[in-house]
Amino acid sequence: MILDELTHSSGEWLRGEGPEADIVVSSRIRLARNLADFPFSNRASAMQKGEIEGLLRERVTKLDGSIRLQYLQLHVLEPIDRQFLVERQLISREHATSEGQRGVAIEARETRSIMINEEDHLRLQVLRSGFQLDEAWDDINQLDDLIEQRVTYAFSEEFGYLTACPTNVGTGMRASVLLHLPALHMTKQIEKVFRALQKINLAVRGLYGEGTRASGDFYQISNQVTLGKAEGDILKEIREVVPQIISYERMSRNTLLRESRSLIQDKVSRAYGTLRSATMMTSEETMDLLSSVRLGINLSLIDDLTIPAVNELFLQTQPAHLQKLQGQALDGEERNVARANYLRSKLKPNPN
Amino acid sequence: MKCQYCSQPATVHLTNVEPSGVRRELHLCEACAEKKNVINKQELNLSSILQTLIGAHVGARSDELSRLACPVCGIRYMEFRAEGRLGCPHDYEVFRIGLEPLLQRIHRGGANHHIGKRPRRRPRSPNWHRELLDLRRQLKEAVEQEAFERAAALRDLIRQKENLG
Repeated sequence: MILDELTHSSGEWLRGEGPEADIVVSSRIRLARNLADFPFSNRASAMQKGEIEGLLRERVTKLDGSIRLQYLQLHVLEPIDRQFLVERQLISREHATSEGQRGVAIEARETRSIMINEEDHLRLQVLRSGFQLDEAWDDINQLDDLIEQRVTYAFSEEFGYLTACPTNVGTGMRASVLLHLPALHMTKQIEKVFRALQKINLAVRGLYGEGTRASGDFYQISNQVTLGKAEGDILKEIREVVPQIISYERMSRNTLLRESRSLIQDKVSRAYGTLRSATMMTSEETMDLLSSVRLGINLSLIDDLTIPAVNELFLQTQPAHLQKLQGQALDGEERNVARANYLRSKLKPNPN
Repeated sequence: MKCQYCSQPATVHLTNVEPSGVRRELHLCEACAEKKNVINKQELNLSSILQTLIGAHVGARSDELSRLACPVCGIRYMEFRAEGRLGCPHDYEVFRIGLEPLLQRIHRGGANHHIGKRPRRRPRSPNWHRELLDLRRQLKEAVEQEAFERAAALRDLIRQKENLG
């Protein structure tokens, strides 16, 4: 079963590769699409949702070309398995907790996924490691073409691709980059960056999307506007602004090293030490400490750990992942013990 | 500018116009603003923001809008206003007068019409999809009313129409 295979790996987007991967963890694009002759999912009856799910399942699992997707019906999955998919960014939190017949098609490498009966009938997603928006666009554009050979989309010349929520209408595209910005946070410059981004209509969110807090110093930056701008122009805006944020983050890192080297060394060492020795660890604390360790690796203050290894720890210490690894349901306190055990086992000092 | 209560930089600026017409200005840092309950640091909730936006932009025409309902999927404009989600693709036409100012506000900086990718597959005829949507709504209602004979007939009609296309 695909879920078991996934448990012991981490998605390709967490490999820590690709351009600027020390700061840009991943690039993601999603497209919202709807069938022309069904009501939107939220307005569809249970029977209609069943029809939509059945029809689209059949279509997306038999696409032409080399794309092979595995399909999961979410309404028959356990809540913990749905949460597991949320933590891997393969489905949205809304898709995990909503009602009715719905599913997700996932490619084994986890770079492509298609949600069915989320807010829109179809939500296509492509995820890439590092700063690779253009590659992600080429990929999702092609996936969209393949699906379009098999279904008729709701589209109007005036309003573009028609979506359940008017915030997505037009291109239906949300392009985002996931940035790790610990130094901008430490030097208290992050709010300034946010304000500047808001002025140019880009949105900033936490790791798991809308309404989540930016734990672990991870921030998602995405376009707000979907109507009246071509995909290429939307991507260009993000592509132009991200290098500036990257250079601010690098400048802040250099400033920290230059002016507060012992302070930053201490913070990183304490974080590393705590992760290696604590016996109980909350999810939130883990995120914060791993963030400092990740920064420490990028500043060459830690030399016996790699970025992909830390990326993996971020993922595997999330509640559903932890429980899948342990093979049993755990309550909050048990999870904190299991999380600390897991971290200690993974971060054991090298005997040499 | 510094916060009125401490020396931190002020990032929250508020002007209150009291019923008497007196203006009161507040300049606070985020921490003090939160303490004074000026801002509520709850999680950002897009749909509540959207609802405020929808409410703010219908203004004068709200009477006309409040009577609107989509003949195809049955959703009323007021339901859209409360939930922030439309019912079917046809709503973009039916609720046009309410949607246009809203779209301009949400998609600030963009043109007022779609620019970008278009599907290669064109609709079969302008009304074809709308008729099918309409039949599906009738079928849904027939099932809800347990009018199974009518439901069966409608299902056949839908099949026929799908196959004809």
